[in-house]
This record gives sequence, C-alpha cells and structure tokens, in this order.
Amino acid sequence: MDKSRMVPVPSNAIMPERDIDKTPILETHHLGIDFGGLTAVDELSLTVGKTEIAGLIGPNGAGKTTVFNLLTNVYQPTRGTIMLDGKSTARKTTAQVNRMGIARTFQNIRLFNNMTVLDNIKVGLHNSINQPLGASITRLFGYRASEKKSREEALQLLSFFGMENMANMQAGSLPYGAQRRLEIARALATHPGIILLDEPAAGMNPSETAELMENIRRIRDEFQIAVMLIEHDMSLVMNICEGICVLDHGKVIAKGSPEEIKANPAVIEAYLGKKKEAN
Amino acid sequence: MTFLSNLINGISLGSVYAIIALGYTMVYGIAKMLNFAHGDVIMVGAYISFCATTYLNLPPIVSVVLAMIVCTVLGVLIEGLAYKPLRKATSLAVLITAIGVSYFLQNVALLIWGSNPKTFSSMIHLGSVSLFDNKLIITAESIVTVLACIVIMIALTVFTKKSKMGKAMRAVSEDKDAAELMGINVNVTISVTFAIGSALAAIAGVLLCSAYPVLQPTTGSMPGIKAFTAAVFGGIGSIPGAMLGGILLGIIEIFSKSYISTQLADAIVFAVLIIVLLVKPTGILGKKITEKV
Repeated sequence: MDKSRMVPVPSNAIMPERDIDKTPILETHHLGIDFGGLTAVDELSLTVGKTEIAGLIGPNGAGKTTVFNLLTNVYQPTRGTIMLDGKSTARKTTAQVNRMGIARTFQNIRLFNNMTVLDNIKVGLHNSINQPLGASITRLFGYRASEKKSREEALQLLSFFGMENMANMQAGSLPYGAQRRLEIARALATHPGIILLDEPAAGMNPSETAELMENIRRIRDEFQIAVMLIEHDMSLVMNICEGICVLDHGKVIAKGSPEEIKANPAVIEAYLGKKKEAN
Repeated sequence: MTFLSNLINGISLGSVYAIIALGYTMVYGIAKMLNFAHGDVIMVGAYISFCATTYLNLPPIVSVVLAMIVCTVLGVLIEGLAYKPLRKATSLAVLITAIGVSYFLQNVALLIWGSNPKTFSSMIHLGSVSLFDNKLIITAESIVTVLACIVIMIALTVFTKKSKMGKAMRAVSEDKDAAELMGINVNVTISVTFAIGSALAAIAGVLLCSAYPVLQPTTGSMPGIKAFTAAVFGGIGSIPGAMLGGILLGIIEIFSKSYISTQLADAIVFAVLIIVLLVKPTGILGKKITEKV
C-alpha cells in the first residue's frame, strides 16, 4: 500500500464537539474509484464522529450512492482507505463489513417482500443470534430460547418505529412510508455503529418527512450511533445534519456545518450554475 | 382396482421425483442456477449405499446415512470447486459447467463401478400390505417412499420458515445483495443449500433403486431430467411446487404407461410440461414475476 494514502486528514471541523477526542466511527482517506476510464469518485476524505448525523449531498450523478457502495464494500475502491472504528475494511466482504458495524438502506426500497415484517428484522439479527444449524432441525439446544430472544428484540425494534401491530404482515404489502421505516429497522437490527440512509425522505410528504427527521434524531440518541444520509430535501439536511459534505462530479467541493455550506459559493454554483456577470 | 394400484404407484414414483425436485428448486431459488449434475448425485448416493450393504455388509439404515454423508460432501465440493468461481459469470457459463459436472460424475462412476448394471437389492425389508382380498397390493417401498417424501416436505418447510438459516436462505433467494448488506454470508448459505439438496438426492437414489433395482452410471440422468421437469411444472423456486409437480408427474407417467403406451409415456410427460408452461409460464405454484418500474 502506498504510504501517502494513509496520511490522516484533519476532520475539517465537521465533527460535533461531543465526539472530539473519540476515535471517529468512519474515516476515509483519499478514497477513489474508476469505472474503466471514468473516475466516479476521487480524493474523498471524510471523518464522521461516533454520534454524528452527517449529510452527503450533491447534484444528481455526483457519485453519492457510489460512495455508499464503496463504504459497504459493494465496490472495491481503486485508491484510498476506509477505516471503520479505527480498523481498515480493505479486502473484507460486504457481509464482513456489515458485521464490523456498518448498515445501510437503499434508494429504491429493497425489502424481502415475500417475508413477514418480523422475519425481515430477524434476517437483520442473523449474526447476533447464536443458533447452531442442527438446533433448528432438532429443536433442542436452546432453539426456543434463541428464537424467543430474536423475536423479542425484533418486536422491540418494531415498536421503536410504532410498527409492532404490523409484525405479521408481508413486507411487500406495507404502505410506502412503513416500508421505508422497516428498511431502517432491519438495518438497525444488525447492530451497526453507523447507519447509511440513501435518500430516506424520497417520495415522502412534508409531515412524513418531519416524522422521519424526528426518527433519525431518536436513532442517534437512543442507539448512540452515527447516521450518514444522502438526501435531496435541503430542509431536512440543513435541519438535522451536524456535518455536511458536498460532492460534485465525484469530488468533494465543500465540507462543514450547515451554515458554512449554505454560504459556500462553490455549493451554490454546483446546484444552480454560475451566475452570469452583468455587463 | 388397477386404477387404484396405478394411482399408488404413480404417487410413489412421484414422491421420488418430488424429493429430487426439491434439490433442483432449492438450489435454483437461492443460487439462481440449474444444477444439472443433481441427477448424478442421486446415482452416486445409490452406488454408495449399494457398496455399503453389498461389500461392507452394513445394515440398510447405516448405508443410507453413509450415502447421505458422502453426497452432502460431494454436493458442497461440487459447489465450491465448480460453481463458486463462476458466481459472477453469465448463467450460460454456469449451466454448461453443470452439464460438464454431470458427465464428469457419470464417467467417474463408469471408471469405479464399470458399465455393467448392478442389481440393487431393496433397502426396505418390510412386508407389503394387501387390501381387498389381495386385489390391491401396496409394496413396502411405496409406503416408505411416500412417508419419506411427506416427512422431508414438512421438515424443509419448517426449516425454511422458522430457523435462522432458513430465513437467511429466503433472504438470499429474494435479494442476494441486500442480504449480504445485512451481514449474511451468501457463500455459506449457498453451500448449506447444496448440502441439503445433495443429502436429499442420496435418499432419493436409495428409494428409486429400491423400487427400480437396476443401477448403472446413467441411472440418475433420466429421473434427474424428469425431476427438473417436475420442479418447473410446479413452479421452480417453490418448495410445495416441487412436491406437487413431482407427484403429478409421477401419476401422469404411470397412467400413460398403463393406459396409453409404455413407449409414449415419457413423450406424454414432457408434452404435459409444454402445455402447462404455455398456459402458465411460471408453473402451477410459481410466483408471478412483476417488475416495478
């Protein structure tokens, strides 16, 4: 590995004060990926604090979802490193990275539609439930105890989102807003240190968005984890994010607090285009 | 009475197809591939139990367990050596590999056991049941086959519905990438599926050869193809579908043999498949595939 890629970058002061002095939950150093000749993401250096709500914004096609795919090792980075809670995620599989403490939701909902709501959560709980393969066949050796434990934890997660009455419904038959919540609950079931939300407010009306904002804050406060979200709804981002990173054409064009981002001319230009000079 | 006896024979043969079809359908549902070597795993299972009883004088039940263990290891090996490296390859490449593995197994069996058919002595040493003043005789093989099929069906349904591994299997079958992002090791899940399918193939091999006692290296291929047909017939990817498809196929085959023509029986079986697929392309219990835009 090239040594220059390992140089830590200063956090750029987007880490909230309560997380300073702690190991950041997520760091990327000069992260980049090429698809053939096309550089999709380049020189991405980020730091997310242990209990930070961070935002990743940028115009369409800026490479935001690609960043999420890099962070979860769906794509292998061409350059740079990712550190999750101080440990490198290089050469890990997607499932291993999840077990290291990163969970995510998807831009277009990807629930297990033919399974019940409860079973969707139990899939998320897969690695925290210790059930030997033989146990489920013989129904001995703590099968019942482990099933009961996973059921209880799953119901607890559902009640966090006010969905305990939907436990036995098919995930695919839920209304849209509930599917979005279930996807977050399923990701939380994997006991992550950071949860990545890909456009969680997409297709939501203002009151649903307000509820989502409340939920994101509650997730951070009650689970004491970091949240990183991709979102186009600027009122949501500016309202709840403590640190924001703006991406355009695969490169970071600005990092900082919501106030700093709002005032940054490069950001305004990326979103609205360059103002013509009046003659 | 002949009708009843044909029906029982049909259900019994169909149960064997159903057990084999479960292997096809589970592997298809989870790994999204057609494992055409599955039929030959049946043949290996039958040879192992044949050797265990004939040369080692082991009791039948031990020989069946031994066959299951060997087939499980074989299934996991085939998956790990032949299919796993092709996980990201086109489905056509995997299909051709599966056909290659099938011929490989047949030829290895030819080398080890030779081309002379072996006479497989039934593993089931129970008397047959006679009803209606000996007008209807049900063989012990039929009874055991049907019972085995029912037990396997129930066990598999409970396993996939209730257990942690079963849930992981269903999750991988629905969305492999999302399951992986939830921390599920997809490779382990696929290996377990192959292990279960191959253990079932061993049972099917013993049951098949107990009823039709000729054992040669190609013994598995025709039942394999028919069980694949049964899986498609019932709706591939669906466990109850494989069961229903297998039993219906067995009944159709036996009835065609006794009422229409022995030579034409196989042709009729496959003609029925074509008709079903024309009317209902996803099979009897197949799920409708709807693509959201």
